Amino acid sequence: MAIADFRPGEIVLEIPARTEYVSLVRVVIAAAAEIEPDMASERIEDLRVAVSEATTNAIEAHGLKGVDDRIRIQCNLADDEIAVVVHDQGMGFEPDEVPELPEPDSPERLLHESGLGVHLMQMLTDESEISATDDGTDVRMVVYSSKRRRDNGDR
Amino acid sequence: MLTVAGELDVVGGPDLRQAVMTEVREGNHRLVLDLTGVDFIDSFGLGVVVGSLKRTRLLDGDLRLVVPEARVRRVFEVCDLDRVFDMHTTVDEAVATAVSGQVVGGHQ
Repeated sequence: MAIADFRPGEIVLEIPARTEYVSLVRVVIAAAAEIEPDMASERIEDLRVAVSEATTNAIEAHGLKGVDDRIRIQCNLADDEIAVVVHDQGMGFEPDEVPELPEPDSPERLLHESGLGVHLMQMLTDESEISATDDGTDVRMVVYSSKRRRDNGDR
Repeated sequence: MLTVAGELDVVGGPDLRQAVMTEVREGNHRLVLDLTGVDFIDSFGLGVVVGSLKRTRLLDGDLRLVVPEARVRRVFEVCDLDRVFDMHTTVDEAVATAVSGQVVGGHQ
């Protein structure tokens, strides 16, 4: 990526595809989000969890495909939102194939030790999108500022 | 009682899984997991906690959670797992409600 491709307010982080780096990504994204004056701390926490999910999935995707390439995380700070894109070069991912979670009271719920990650990403962000790219998968997550959430009638 | 601290994610989660398996193997099927010192949990950590509950229940045991931190509790709630787990805000409360006070020691 050329310097000219960077947008104002954008932070780009590249990490080795190893799980030890997930906590670093969380720290960087949370610290970047705190630059935004109108971002509630609860929303930064939510973003921290969502980014952790996406980054862990990306690292796993590289591991499954056996590629050593780095994972790229782009964080764009705008006036009324923070958008994070986690890009991997794994095998791809079909969000429609994620099974629906059984009801909490169902005994089958306990069979779901995994599979909560996509659910968390969707529930903890204002927008989330998983899309196939030429060489892998992009996961885009957005949280809105307090003002935008108020304007939208959210909590 | 297992006291857990730090980050329950893909890095920290396996240590907890191992600790729970060790307790269960030693015959301690009624456990309290104290997550007071946990400052981050994601789906990997949730998976480990869910797996721990399954392991104890398979042996007619039980698992209680101490989760005072709102931000950790929120992750459970978003996944509706607060309806699955017996969650408490203090260790005393979790122990007091344990049947016959059968809480195991160790790993403090």
